[in-house]
Amino acid sequence: MRALLCTLLLFAGSFAFAIDTAPAFDDPALQQRYDHLTHLLRCLQCRSESIADSNVDLAADLRRQVKELIAAGRSDDDILKFMTDRYGDYVLYNPPVKPLTWILWAAPILLLGGGIATAWIVIARKSHLPDTDPADPGLGAS
Amino acid sequence: MWRYIVPIGIFAALIGFFFLGLGRDLQTLPSPLIGKPAPQFSLPAVEDPSRTVATGDFAGRPYVVNIWGTWCVGCREEHPVLLEIARRNVVPIVGIAWRDDAQTAQAWLQQLGNPYTATGLDADGRVGIDWGAYGAPETFLVDAKGVIIHKLTGPMSLSIWEREFVPRINASMAGSAE
Repeated sequence: MRALLCTLLLFAGSFAFAIDTAPAFDDPALQQRYDHLTHLLRCLQCRSESIADSNVDLAADLRRQVKELIAAGRSDDDILKFMTDRYGDYVLYNPPVKPLTWILWAAPILLLGGGIATAWIVIARKSHLPDTDPADPGLGAS
Repeated sequence: MWRYIVPIGIFAALIGFFFLGLGRDLQTLPSPLIGKPAPQFSLPAVEDPSRTVATGDFAGRPYVVNIWGTWCVGCREEHPVLLEIARRNVVPIVGIAWRDDAQTAQAWLQQLGNPYTATGLDADGRVGIDWGAYGAPETFLVDAKGVIIHKLTGPMSLSIWEREFVPRINASMAGSAE
């Protein structure tokens, strides 16, 4: 009994980490949209947190705004546009693909491609070297 | 030869990027509102909640909108500067007391002096969101046509005022007089 109580209390403690005590919507579909959108939007005071994860006042205001816009029947795109009209693209956790951000999106592919190409060239060049190294007779002796 | 030039070149380019990055201001975000019509608001006045402060009251000539809060350290820092700017009487300064309550905001203005032509109380922070506020103090310059032409994030200083705001105010006044 005591163990059960302790376990329950342990779990009760975990709820203290939730930012909002109650879910924003009773309707699970709306709540899902709310969770999705609040994770896409950046808290501009804390920068590295989404508004869903931040307990800064501004993030609370923006969560309330998202909730009201969903309740008013606005689409997800409308809500994201509402935010970028006021705060710019930086408010989005996924920066939009446009000429200014091409390098940002292409960078991982370019870096990976560059790494593979470099490795390829190095390996190809080394494989053309004679199999024995005069400085290290142990190599290729087998 | 190339095996030395290429790594040194890449290293030099990296150092170059890092050096440029050192001087960049990463805290200030460009406002998408610059060049757009100022968001309209109508708020209860801090000094007298029965009166309203609205953007419409200031249409037709340039004005400054200063978003502040009594909880904001930078606002206390810039307050004497705003008082001095108000004393020069160039343009009206419209205050928005962002996420504040009337009593505290009134006490602030009584204690430190009131540089504002009028101050609206944005208790629940909705007008702040419309203006894209993310960290007070923020100061906007609205031209005679009601378009936002400049924004400062962070405390105002007299040198910033003279360098960034005064020339734009003069240009806006000259433009609207034609």
